[in-house]
Amino acid sequence: MLIKTTKASDVKPSEITSKDAFLNRRKFIQTAAIVSGASLLPPFVSSSFAAARTKYPNVKKTAYGEAEKLTTYDGLTEYNNFYEFGTGKSDPSRNAHNLKPEPWTVEITGHAAKTGKFSFDDIIKPHQLEERNYRLRCVEAWSMVIPWVGIPLADIIKRFEPTSKAKYVAFETLVDPKQMPGQKRNALDWPYVEGLRMDEAMNPLTLMAVGVYGEHMPNQNGAPIRLIVPWKYGFKGIKSIVKISFVEKQPPATWNIQAPREYGFYSNVNPNIDHPRWSQKKERRITGEGGLTALFAPKIKTQFMNGYAEEVAALYKGMDLKKFF
Amino acid sequence: MAIKRSRMVFKPLVFITSLLPLGWLIFALYSDTVLGTKYMTADPIQKLDRELGDWALILIIISLTVRPLAEIFKKGELVAYRRMIGLFAFFYVCLHLSAYVGLNLQLDIDEFIKDITKRIFITIGIITFTLLLPLAITSTKGMIKRIGGKRWQKLHMLIYPISLLGVFHFYMMVRADFTRPSIYLAIILVLLGYRIWAKRKKSRPKKVAAA
Repeated sequence: MLIKTTKASDVKPSEITSKDAFLNRRKFIQTAAIVSGASLLPPFVSSSFAAARTKYPNVKKTAYGEAEKLTTYDGLTEYNNFYEFGTGKSDPSRNAHNLKPEPWTVEITGHAAKTGKFSFDDIIKPHQLEERNYRLRCVEAWSMVIPWVGIPLADIIKRFEPTSKAKYVAFETLVDPKQMPGQKRNALDWPYVEGLRMDEAMNPLTLMAVGVYGEHMPNQNGAPIRLIVPWKYGFKGIKSIVKISFVEKQPPATWNIQAPREYGFYSNVNPNIDHPRWSQKKERRITGEGGLTALFAPKIKTQFMNGYAEEVAALYKGMDLKKFF
Repeated sequence: MAIKRSRMVFKPLVFITSLLPLGWLIFALYSDTVLGTKYMTADPIQKLDRELGDWALILIIISLTVRPLAEIFKKGELVAYRRMIGLFAFFYVCLHLSAYVGLNLQLDIDEFIKDITKRIFITIGIITFTLLLPLAITSTKGMIKRIGGKRWQKLHMLIYPISLLGVFHFYMMVRADFTRPSIYLAIILVLLGYRIWAKRKKSRPKKVAAA
């Protein structure tokens, strides 16, 4: 028999917000804010307008990164590099509510037997979603550990039956300044583009992520579908993907175009190769806790290939990593 | 007398205003620590460093606006506040550098030396700091007397290259969005342009000036 004991801190059923009220909450706060003139308040106040969160019903747990201490949900949704929503770290959480990740279409083109336009559901439905805790190492020398929900990219690619001419996979982010206000300015050359060599794309670690913490992908993290390549610097993980192309030649990559001396096509995490402007030997682990705790937290050593060398070293056998950085 | 009295009011005011950014940063860190807010983001090391550098540059720019304002609005007494603003700029530069070495590099001196020698934007930052040192040291009345007004003025013209170096240091640190350093640079160029314009005007023959 199940005996339920009630603690004083337990949430009573009557306290639980109904789903409608929850979803309307933002509208309510916004209305209240306009009425009270609070729209003049500094922008950080508005970042508490959390978007509605939806759980995925059937996510398989995996052993990836089981032992790692995760970055909190707030941490990974309030500190983002997503220039499509602004270049500041808090801009994406502030501006990403403009993005409509539903409905979403991804175009598959290039050297594959099956090409065309596919809805988000077309892409993910045939697959089992799984949860993997991956370290994410930003090229800016900070890192997080994030419980992604996703599908191995290899499984998705196989469905489209790429031909032998498909040597690389190229990805493209949405361009729509109405949804992505950061694109009104030319901070980067839009659309954001990225690419992987076919064997990198097919590596079992490479993930098409569609969520975090068992939930749909937050807009500021690249909703609804983004790439995760855990042994590469974070910027390789292109967000809000609308196009995947199977191509013969090495495709362009946004940061590589922006500053070829600083960001290579491969951009594998490597503590032995400094960024021209800073050392890559160590990283600041962002746990989500701010204030003095984070200010005085000791930095941790960056691992070769972000700690995934065993799984990926074979991809780069015989390559001069200093040249192909 | 009127000037003295207004100074008694405005000096503390300038003093307190210059401390406001630091006060805000301390409050933000306190609030993030105790109340769990995220004013300083989840990466306060980076944020603190940027903010301190930003305020140092802003104060340098403000110190450069004093003379044009005083001359255009014929308020010579404004110059009395320039030293304080300049010293506060130096104060924020010191905090910026300390935060970088102490919190970002966590006192890894080897890494710091590598930074200075290998990374040009850090080299420029250190040069800027070094050039500010003699200005800060010679900011007392006694020092002005010892050096002599003319020579002191010449020495303090170092603030012009310092402001440019500071803004280049900022430029070189940015990854993509150059709006902010561009705004700072534009303002600095206007302020330096004013000096060139004022000097030319002054050196014109007296006849023309009198006419």
